Amino acid sequence: MSHEMINPVPIKHKFFTPGVLVLVILALNGFVFLMGRFFFGLGAVTNLNNQYPWGLWIGVDVAAGVALAAGGFTTAALGHVMHREEYAAIVRPALLTAMLGYTFVALGVVVDIGRWYFVWHPLIMWNGNSALFEVGICVMIYMTVLYIEFLPVVTERFIGKVNLPGVLFRLNKIVDKVLRLLDRGLSKTMFVFIIAGVVLSTLHQSSLGTLMVIAGPKMHPLWQTPILPLLFLLSAISVGFPMVIFESLLASRSLGLKPEMHVLSRLGSMIAPLLGVYLAFKIGDMVIRETFVYLTEFNTASIMFTIEVLFGVIIPLRMFLSRKVLKSPPLLFAASTLVILGVLLNRINNFIVAYTPPYSTHPYIPSFGEFSVTIGFAAMLILAYRFIVLNFPVISLLGKQMVPQSKYTIRGGK
Amino acid sequence: MSGKSRRDFLKTTAVIGAGITGLSTSTAKAGPKNILSEDRMGVLVDTTVCVGCRNCEWACKDAHSLQAGKLESYEDRKILETKRRPDETALTVVNEYSPGKNSNLPLDVKVQCMHCDHPACVSACIVGAFSKNENGSVTWDTSKCIGCRYCLAACPWQVPSFQYDKALNPLIMKCDFCFERTKDGKLPACVEICPVEALTYGTRNELVMIARARIKRDPDRYVDHILGEYEVGGTSWMYLSNKNFAELDFPKLGENPAPGVSESIQHGIFAYFVPPVSLYALLGGIMWITRRRKHFVQEEDL
Repeated sequence: MSHEMINPVPIKHKFFTPGVLVLVILALNGFVFLMGRFFFGLGAVTNLNNQYPWGLWIGVDVAAGVALAAGGFTTAALGHVMHREEYAAIVRPALLTAMLGYTFVALGVVVDIGRWYFVWHPLIMWNGNSALFEVGICVMIYMTVLYIEFLPVVTERFIGKVNLPGVLFRLNKIVDKVLRLLDRGLSKTMFVFIIAGVVLSTLHQSSLGTLMVIAGPKMHPLWQTPILPLLFLLSAISVGFPMVIFESLLASRSLGLKPEMHVLSRLGSMIAPLLGVYLAFKIGDMVIRETFVYLTEFNTASIMFTIEVLFGVIIPLRMFLSRKVLKSPPLLFAASTLVILGVLLNRINNFIVAYTPPYSTHPYIPSFGEFSVTIGFAAMLILAYRFIVLNFPVISLLGKQMVPQSKYTIRGGK
Repeated sequence: MSGKSRRDFLKTTAVIGAGITGLSTSTAKAGPKNILSEDRMGVLVDTTVCVGCRNCEWACKDAHSLQAGKLESYEDRKILETKRRPDETALTVVNEYSPGKNSNLPLDVKVQCMHCDHPACVSACIVGAFSKNENGSVTWDTSKCIGCRYCLAACPWQVPSFQYDKALNPLIMKCDFCFERTKDGKLPACVEICPVEALTYGTRNELVMIARARIKRDPDRYVDHILGEYEVGGTSWMYLSNKNFAELDFPKLGENPAPGVSESIQHGIFAYFVPPVSLYALLGGIMWITRRRKHFVQEEDL
């Protein structure tokens, strides 16, 4: 791995911009409602009730969050498992997105469960029948794996540059030694974690789909199907690369870098087949279960399903087949955004729109507090991403000489 | 897949898993119980007998230390004008419906947890906090629960409720079939107080026979359907009525146990950990081959 043609560096750019200020305000607003939830209970902040036990936080923060962090395992599979070196430059940003994504998924879970201080219970209290148990365990292990996968970025940042403040400077040498040792150990064993990460992702991305199977007839037949786990896995795989493209184009614009179009176009050309497989299963399932009859009714379910499939799958699928789209940053961005919104909408549909309990008196509409927390978490995630790419070697700079990366000469600096 | 083989599978999985992670095998006991005893108890609710006095509501609250108020206050029948559901303040409620066939008396229907034979909540609970016990009851263990409310989402009868207004230690609230009382040989509180014997407590097998006998003896009085005999694989609480159960707001459910499909999928994906381990091996193989090829290409380039 020491010959990767990448040159990741901490990006030199100021942290605060007007946009960042807006994000800080959104994050603070979310934080206020979070405090409300912790001091006064779920009922004080959310519109959840006995009819609708799961809402925006499970649908978006958790379910969609996991799906949108799928870029981590799809690029790891491409870059590391298949050794497609040309994609090396996007692996780290995707890894960072996944790491932060899962961190906020975990936070989302902590916020949503009634007894957040027992969040560790599944580690020792097992129920192998429960899809949620599977998701919980896999997400916990995978998050650890993601942190381990990210460790080399941290060691790379500090090796040869350890500079502890005050009297602690005496420890500089020791810390440096520990980091080098860690780095060496990690680079020898990393393949174990990379493969584990892909396997764990496959497992919980699909089990997330199994979650609502047990709700049976409480879920609208347009979405309720025994192949839900497969659909969840396929859609997660299809949204991985669009998410990488989306985030890469957004980051380069925000940080004033040149978009890495040579990598992104090639990445984009792989999305159409992935979306195609997903669409085939989705339509095939609909034909076999004859659920298309529900599309002739004009109601929320049929409208949401149509929007999800048309704008989230079919239109971007057509776009990704066009060379013109693949070559143009704005069009590539638009197509990727559609896929992302499509998967987001799919998770919202599965967990919120499709859920119609038999004794529902009025439909569930998320409260202002729920929206605030969800948006606040998203803002915090973007701020953390920005902070890390400005301070750690994550993004590879284009245009500069792509030198074969030999370990300690570059890292040691000067 | 039978219940037994499922349990055996669980045990093996838990033991293997515990071995892998180095946890003590005692954690294997942490899994939920799902005992289907031949002598499990149940209650037969005869809605044609019930007069809607709601004494059961009072007795239930009284037995579970909930705010019950005075028994006399339950004589007010105005509350029957709106349809209610059991919730965190009342584990059972009575609703009133217009008369059924051959009758001009209103029908009163007591609603509470059905205590399924194959409960969705037991299967779904992330930490195995629910158990189907030997006496037929489905109970919840407060020391395990993390408050995720998956049981609420899973329950086909939409029964469990949650204390949304509590910041600390919110409880999942549902009928526990008076687990503590029956353990001491007492009747469930609602059965004990019922002045018209609309509720019959007995083993489920007996109750099915009693119900069939009543329908046979008085076919004009009942519709030929025991709700709960086969629904979602059978429930410990069963109902007789002289009206179609859909008109009494019961959800229309099939005869397959609610957790069936989901558990088959789960066990398919995790059949003795074979699929995940195979996937791991496959990816490892691909990684090894592509890496070798890369080195090969690099050597050629030199």
